[in-house]
Amino acid sequence: MNSRLLPLLATLVIFLAAYAVCYAQYPAMLSTRVIGNLLTDNAFLGIVAVGMTFVIISGGIDLSVGSVIAFSGVFIAVMLRDTGLHPLAVFAALLVLTTLFGAAMGGVIHYLEMPPFIVTLAGMFLARGMAYVLSIDSVPITHEFYEVLQRSYWLMPGKGRLTLIGGMMLVVFLAGIMLAHRTRFGTNVYAVGGGVQTARLMGVPVGRTTVGIYALSGFLAGLAGIVFSIYTSAGYSLATVGVELDAIAAVVIGGTLLTGGSGFVAGTLIGVLIMGLIQTYIIFDGTLSSWWTKILIGMLLFAFIVLQKGLVWTSGKRRAAGG
Amino acid sequence: MTGFKLLLRRILPQLITLALVVGLISIMFPGFFEISLANGRLYGSPVDIFNRGAPVALLAIGMTLVIATGGIDLSVGAVMAICGAVAAWGITEGYGLLPTLLMALAAGLACGLWNGLLVAFLGIQPIVATLILMVAGRGIAQLITEGAILTFNHEGMIFFGSGSLLTVPTPIIIAILTGALVTLIVRRSALGMLIEAIGINFRASTLAGVNTRVLLVAVYMTSGLCAALAGIIAAADIRGADANNAGLWLELDAILAVVIGGTSLLGGRFSLIASLIGALIIQAVNTGILLSGFPPEFNLIIKAVIILIILVLQSPRVRTVLAFLSTARADAAGQEKKVVEP
Repeated sequence: MNSRLLPLLATLVIFLAAYAVCYAQYPAMLSTRVIGNLLTDNAFLGIVAVGMTFVIISGGIDLSVGSVIAFSGVFIAVMLRDTGLHPLAVFAALLVLTTLFGAAMGGVIHYLEMPPFIVTLAGMFLARGMAYVLSIDSVPITHEFYEVLQRSYWLMPGKGRLTLIGGMMLVVFLAGIMLAHRTRFGTNVYAVGGGVQTARLMGVPVGRTTVGIYALSGFLAGLAGIVFSIYTSAGYSLATVGVELDAIAAVVIGGTLLTGGSGFVAGTLIGVLIMGLIQTYIIFDGTLSSWWTKILIGMLLFAFIVLQKGLVWTSGKRRAAGG
Repeated sequence: MTGFKLLLRRILPQLITLALVVGLISIMFPGFFEISLANGRLYGSPVDIFNRGAPVALLAIGMTLVIATGGIDLSVGAVMAICGAVAAWGITEGYGLLPTLLMALAAGLACGLWNGLLVAFLGIQPIVATLILMVAGRGIAQLITEGAILTFNHEGMIFFGSGSLLTVPTPIIIAILTGALVTLIVRRSALGMLIEAIGINFRASTLAGVNTRVLLVAVYMTSGLCAALAGIIAAADIRGADANNAGLWLELDAILAVVIGGTSLLGGRFSLIASLIGALIIQAVNTGILLSGFPPEFNLIIKAVIILIILVLQSPRVRTVLAFLSTARADAAGQEKKVVEP
C-alpha cells in the first residue's frame, strides 16, 4: 500500500516545493486572489481530468474530450442563439448527448474489442466535425442567466474570489474521490485496470463498467464544456485543441499509472494545480516566454513516468524476492 | 509472380477504396483527371493529391514500422515542427543548404533516439514515451524560432517544398524515394521480419536472439528521420517555420493511414505500400471534399466515419463472425455437393 501512495506523495511534495519557491520570489503568490484565479482558470481542465483519471485507471485513454468540450460550447451557443430555450434546459440536453456519446465509444471499445486509442480518435474527429458543422465562427453567448452565473462567487478571506466554476471543479473532484473509493463502480474500475481477465473471473461486469467509464468521461467533458462556455461566454469550434493532452499530463503528474489499475483522483487535482502554477509563475515572472510551460510540463511528465517505472520495478523485485 | 500476386491480394482492399474515392470525386467534379504542364511542372488535381499527401505519406512510412513493433509514435507532428524550425533557423543564420539539411535531419534522428531509448531501455509504454515529446516538442520548436514564425527566402530550401524535378514536384519524389528505400531495406533483408517478430511477441524474439532493444531504437529513429523530411517539406512549402501549426494533428493522419493500410495497431505484419496508399486515400478524401464543393466542415466527420468502418471490419469479433459465416456457407456448399454427388 505504501508504494502505491508514493507517487501521490511525490506529487504533493513537488507541488508544495514549487509553491514555496514561487512564494519566496513573489509573496503575493499565496494570496487567496491568486489561488482563486488558479481554480477558476483551470476549472474546465480539472473537471475533464477527473473523467480522464477514471479512464486511465481502467487502462484506457480518451482522446475525444477536447473536441467534446469545443462541441459543447458551440452547441450551447447555437441553441441559445436559435431557440428560446433556457440555458438549464440546454445544459441538460447537452449532458445527455455527451454522456450517450461517451457510452457509445465505450460500447465500441468493449463489444468490438478495439483499442481505446483509435476508437476515441474517431470520436475526437467526429465531435470536432460536429462542432464545425454547427458553426465555424465563434458564437457569442449573451443570455442574462450567463451573467448571473459569471457573477456568482464566494468572497474568500483576503478578497480572493472562489467563482462558481472554480467551486464546481472542487465539487466534481470530491464526487470523483467518493465514486472511486466508496462505490462498487469505483472498485470495478480499479479491477478492470488491474487486468480484464482477472476482473472477469472475479465477477466484475466488464462490459457495463467499460461503457460506464467512457459515459462518465463524456458526461464530465460535457460539464467541462459548460464551464468553459461560462468562462469564455462564447462557443468556438476551434477552441480547446489539445486539452486531452493536458488532461492526460495532469493525470500522470498526479501519480496515476498509465498502465491502469492504480491511481488517485486527488492526485489529479494536484497535477492540474501544478500545471496551473507553472503558468501563473510564468505570468508573474514576465520575462519567461509561454513556450517554457510546454517544456516544463514535458519534463515533469518525464520525471513522473521514470519515477513510476522505478516504483513498479522495485515493487516487482520485492514481490519476486518475497514469493 | 506469386510474390506479386500475394502483394496485390494484400493491397487490393486499399486499392479498391482509393478507386472508389477517386471515382466518386470524378463523378462530382468531371475535370478531375486534367493534368497540365506549366513552367516545367505538372499541375492538376491528381498531382495535387500526391503532392499534398507527401508529408503524411512520409510520416506513415516511419509510423508503419513503429506500429509493426506494437508501438506508436505520437510525437511525429511535434518532431516535424522542431525540424522545420531547425531548418528555417539554419538557413536564416546563413549556414548554407547542406549543413542546414543535415542539422534538421540530425534533429529528427535525435528525437527518434530519445523516444527509442525511453521505449527500449526504460521500458515505458510507447504511447506515454512519445507523449512527452508531443507535449514538449512544440515548446522546443518555439524555443528555436523564439516564438516568431521564421521566414526565409532561400531558393535551394524552397526547392524542397514547391520545386520540381523532371516536371514532378519534389515532395512526391522525396516520399517515393524514401518509401522505396525503406521497403528495400526491410524487405530485402531480415529486418522487416524481425520487426514483425518484435510486434508479435517481444519477449519471444528477445529469447530467440533478436537484438530487440537496438532494433526498437532504430525503428523510432527511422520514424524521427521521416518526420524530419516531412518537416523540411512543410517548412519549405510555406517558406517559414510555424512552430505552432507545422504538422499539427498529422500524427493522427499518419496513424490513420497505417490503420487504413491494414496494419494492426497491435503490431505484427505490416505493409509499407498499403500505408502509402492509405495516406493517398486520406489526401484524396481531403481534396475531394474541397473540389466537390462540400463544406470543408464535413471533412472530419467523413474521416471519423471512415475510421469507424475500418474499425468494424478489423475488429476481432466481427472477423470471427465473418469467418464463421463463410465456413458455414462453405459447409453448406460442401453438404449440398455431397447430396448431389451420389
